[in-house]
Amino acid sequence: MTIEEIQEEIVDEFSMFDDWMQRYEYMIELGKSLPLINEKYKTEDNIIKGCQSKVWVHAELEDDKLVFTADSDAIITKGIIAILIRSFSNQRPQDIINADTDFIDEIGLKEHLSPTRANGLVSMIKQLKLYAVAYQTQLN
Amino acid sequence: MFDVKKIRNDFPILNRKVNGRPLVYLDNAATSQTPQQVINVIVDYYSNYNANIHRGVHALSQEATDKYEQARKKIQEHFNIGKSHEIVYTSGTTHAINLVANGFSSFLKQGDEILVSAMEHHSNIVPWQMLAERTGTILKVIPMSLDGELEMDAYEQLLSDKTKLVFCNHVSNALGTINPIQEIIDKAHEVGAAVLIDGAQAAPHIKSDLQALNVDFYTVSAHKMCGPTGVGMLYGKEEWLNTLPPYQGGGEMIAEVTFEKTTYADLPHKFEAGTPNICGGIAFGAALDYMNAIGFESMSEYEKELLDYATEKLLEIEGLKIYGTAKDKTSVISFNIDGIHPYDIGTILDKLGIAVRTGHHCAQPIMDFYKIPGTVRASFSFYNTKEEVDILVEGVQRAKSMLL
Ligand SMILES: Cc1ncc(COP(=O)(O)O)c(C=O)c1O
Repeated sequence: MTIEEIQEEIVDEFSMFDDWMQRYEYMIELGKSLPLINEKYKTEDNIIKGCQSKVWVHAELEDDKLVFTADSDAIITKGIIAILIRSFSNQRPQDIINADTDFIDEIGLKEHLSPTRANGLVSMIKQLKLYAVAYQTQLN
Repeated sequence: MFDVKKIRNDFPILNRKVNGRPLVYLDNAATSQTPQQVINVIVDYYSNYNANIHRGVHALSQEATDKYEQARKKIQEHFNIGKSHEIVYTSGTTHAINLVANGFSSFLKQGDEILVSAMEHHSNIVPWQMLAERTGTILKVIPMSLDGELEMDAYEQLLSDKTKLVFCNHVSNALGTINPIQEIIDKAHEVGAAVLIDGAQAAPHIKSDLQALNVDFYTVSAHKMCGPTGVGMLYGKEEWLNTLPPYQGGGEMIAEVTFEKTTYADLPHKFEAGTPNICGGIAFGAALDYMNAIGFESMSEYEKELLDYATEKLLEIEGLKIYGTAKDKTSVISFNIDGIHPYDIGTILDKLGIAVRTGHHCAQPIMDFYKIPGTVRASFSFYNTKEEVDILVEGVQRAKSMLL
């Protein structure tokens, strides 16, 4: 599936819920199923700055696709990363670079996109894209 | 009689909704809300007599100057300060502390020692670190116990004739501990050290008599005590303020300027360079009037009731741990729940219209001490109610069941 298709799928899933409680509960569930990062990658270097909670992200190239794993010590943050990673992982770096993240707004989590929010979602997206840029250069 | 219903009517913001629910504002230690009486003063200033002060010959400037200086007198009275020129208007506590730190850096020498308490706000750590780096002085830390109380024996042992300065907050913003500042001041004076007390968190709850305390410097931020943001005060003993060099150069702080030499203005203007927050200063005075009309004694009595009630109710939640259990504390509760990140709790509470603070509260050393990433902090003011405590407790329970 393309990033866009995955994002549409996520938007569909979230559209079943009619209040924030259910959306958050679902997000927390997703957080619990996040592809966990190998403990050895949970280094200071891999911590994303700008989060009140700790967030680690690791990226690896498999063939021509980028695979992300991540973790956080806060479960809501983990849920948000899980959603992001689901849409970005197993994709070609160039597609990740080109992708937008408007779907976060559509699933009712817009407040987490605010740059002033201490969860660092914005830095998280930036970091995922930086990985993509780095690996794209490597592929070229 | 303390009538919280009536008091709440003074605060228009308490009527608003957040995420579709009535706002429950429990982040008072970060900034307090503003009563209509103070808002009116701000509106009146900009509607009727907005002008630059101390400079104009015209009526508006005179009015603004009078009101601004009257407010200084109110501050003087409130804190029982000997002379009004011992009060320097600042933009807040951070500015006040930097002003003192900068001044001391001009006469501290290598090997001199500065003592800082283990429960300081970053704004009370960083300026001294910067100063220590510049001057080669040594920064030493007064340790604290697990309850969040300063170890006074250790403090005494740290004091010596090398100690030049002691810095400590009157009340800790992260834990609510009320520190024994009289003892801290007296002991420091015995070895000839000066004392700066950061009163940012104390001033909203405790009316301090600065002359009786015999403190050398005391700082306050108006926005934590029903006033506007961006204004506060530095109290300094006259001798000290005369000794310290000016902090910023500019208009208002000079007596005479030639290109060869500038002579500085008298206190407090020497430290008040540039156009100050005139409206803010006047509104600060109005905030003190407002709080004094209610009375600090009845306010703090009521806040203690809220604190005890909230502590008891929160502790009924299994796995909830409170950080900061000093015998003497203000209405601040810092807590965590086993296995849950404070940020998650704060996020769910926000969804429920409850405003708390999460994180390290600008006091990372305290979090390192407890080996936690941060806490959820609920801080109560005299306009909060027991019903709001109940809403908080319910919210925390709900967050817990969602998150675990
Ligand atoms: C104990 C303490 N000191 C200093 C400050 C800084 O105050 P301001 O930001 O008003 O300068 C605060 C405010 O959070 C505080 O709680």
